[in-house]
Amino acid sequence: MTINEIEKEIIEEFEIFGDDWEGKYEHLIDIGKSLPLIKEEFKTEDRIIKGCQSRVWLNSELKDGKVVYTADADAIITKGMVALMVRVLSGHKAEEIVKADLKFVDTIGLKEHLSPTRANGLVSMINKMKMDALSFSR
Amino acid sequence: MKEQNKIREQFPILNQKINGYNLVYFDNGATSQKPLSVIESISDYYKNSNSNIHRGVHTLSRKATELFEQARKTLAQHFNVNNDQQLIFTAGTTDSINMVAQGLAKNYLQTGDEIILSTYEHHSNILPWQLWAEANGGKLKVIPLLEDQTIDYAAIPALISAKTKLIAITHVSNTLGLITDLEKIKTIAQKNNIPILVDGAQSAPHMPIDLQKLNVDFFVCSAHKMYGPTGIGLLYLSEKWLKELSTSKPGGGTIKTVTFEKTEYAEGALRFEPGTPNISGAIGFAAAIDFMNSVGTQTIFDHEHELVQYAQKKMSEIPEVIIYGKSDHKAGVISFNIKEQHPFDVGTLLDKYGIAVRTGHHCTQPLMHCLNVQGTVRISFAIYNTKEEIDIFIEKLVKVIKMLN
Repeated sequence: MTINEIEKEIIEEFEIFGDDWEGKYEHLIDIGKSLPLIKEEFKTEDRIIKGCQSRVWLNSELKDGKVVYTADADAIITKGMVALMVRVLSGHKAEEIVKADLKFVDTIGLKEHLSPTRANGLVSMINKMKMDALSFSR
Repeated sequence: MKEQNKIREQFPILNQKINGYNLVYFDNGATSQKPLSVIESISDYYKNSNSNIHRGVHTLSRKATELFEQARKTLAQHFNVNNDQQLIFTAGTTDSINMVAQGLAKNYLQTGDEIILSTYEHHSNILPWQLWAEANGGKLKVIPLLEDQTIDYAAIPALISAKTKLIAITHVSNTLGLITDLEKIKTIAQKNNIPILVDGAQSAPHMPIDLQKLNVDFFVCSAHKMYGPTGIGLLYLSEKWLKELSTSKPGGGTIKTVTFEKTEYAEGALRFEPGTPNISGAIGFAAAIDFMNSVGTQTIFDHEHELVQYAQKKMSEIPEVIIYGKSDHKAGVISFNIKEQHPFDVGTLLDKYGIAVRTGHHCTQPLMHCLNVQGTVRISFAIYNTKEEIDIFIEKLVKVIKMLN
C-alpha cells in the first residue's frame, strides 16, 4: 500500500466514531497498547526524542531500499500517535516519506497532538523520521 | 453560593466551553484568571492616562506617575510595609530572584561561599544561584525532605557553615502546595546571622502576607498568579538591603547625576527600576490587590483550604490515585499521579473533558528525582473555584482512569 492508501485506511477506521471523542481516544489508546514497537536494546539515550513531558524513542533502518521505523513512547496517547506515524511511513522509499504531508492527522481530529504547545515530542519525531529518510536517500 | 456567583461573574473567561464541556480551570498555580476590574484598569490607563512617568512636566505624565506610585502604595499597604520604597517593581518572581542574585554577587558573595536551598525549590530559585556558584566556586547546599515531603528542618543546622551567606527558600511549594515553616527557618538563620530570601510566588496569591511580621531580607512574587497581569512582579528589600544591594541593571531613571566619569544613583526603589517601567502592569497589579482585599486574603485562604481538604478526601477514595505531599497544612495545590499511568495521558484526557490541569515536572526536576517520578498531575485552586467543580473533576478522573486501563 502507498502512504496515501494507508492514510485513507486510518481515516476510515476513525470515521465510525464521528463526534464520539471518547471512542476515538479509546481506539487510539488501544492502538498504543497493541503494538510492540521497538526492541528494548534500541531504547537508548541517543534514540530518545525529548519532548517536554513524554519521551519517544525512534530507530530508523534501511532494508531493501525501504526505510523501516520502530518506535516507542512512555505515554500511551503519544504511543498511539507514534504507532499511527510508523504505520503510515514505515516500509516506504525515502523520497516518498520526505514528501508525505500527513494530513490524515487533521482529518481524524487529532491535529492538536501536533501543535507545538503539546510538548509531547511528536513534531520532533516526525522531523526526525524525515531527516533520517533524507540521510538514507543520499 | 451567592457570594461565589458574584465572584465568578467578575471572571468572564470562566464562562466558556472546552470541547463541549464547561471549563473547569484548575491551573491557577501556573497563572490565575483576571477579574474585570484588573482588565478595565489596564484599558482605562491606556485610554485616559498613558504617558511616560517621573520626568514629565505635563499633566498626563503627572497623572501616570501618580497612578504608578499609587500602585506602589497600594502594595505597601497590602503587605504592611511602612516605607513603600522597599517595594520594587520587577518583571516577576524570576526577574526579582535574578536581581538579588546578581546584586549580591557584586559586593556580598565571595568565592567559595555557600547558599542553602530546599529540595522543593522551583528552578527559578535554583538556576540564578547555580550560575553564580559555577562562576565563583560557590556551593549550593540542599535541605532534604522527610518521608511526607515536608522540609527536614532538623537537618538545616548541619548544613550551615561559616561560609553560608544566604538561605533562599520557597514559602509554598508550587508542586506540592506544602507551606514552609518560615519561623523555624528564621530562628536558625538569625542565630547564624544569615539573610533569607523567600520565594512568595505561590504564597502571596493564597494567604495574608505581612512583611513586617515576616521580617525577612528579600521577598518576591508575581502579579499574574495573584489575579494581576503578566510581566510584573515584586521585589521586597529590607531597609538594610534597600541601601546595600548592588544594582545589576543600570539605566535611565535610576540616577541622580551622570557624567562619563561617574554616576550618582538615585535612592530608594528607583535605583532598581531602569528604563520605562511596566506602568500599566503596576496599575493592573494594584487593581488585583484591591480585588484580593475586596474578598479578603484570609477568606481566600480559607476557601482554597476547604477545596483542598474536600478534593484530597475525594481523591483518596479512588484506589489508583497517589497524592504527593498530602498534608492539612497546605495552600491550594494538589499534586498526584494515577498508578501506572503517565501524567501526560491523564492531563490530555482531562483537557478533553474541559478540565485544565498542569502535568509534568512543574519546573521542579530535583523534587521529581526525589519523588522518583517523571512528573505529576497538578490541580491548583483560586477563589473562584467551587466544590461542584471538584465533583466534576472527580467524576471525569474516574472516567479517565477507566479509559486508560
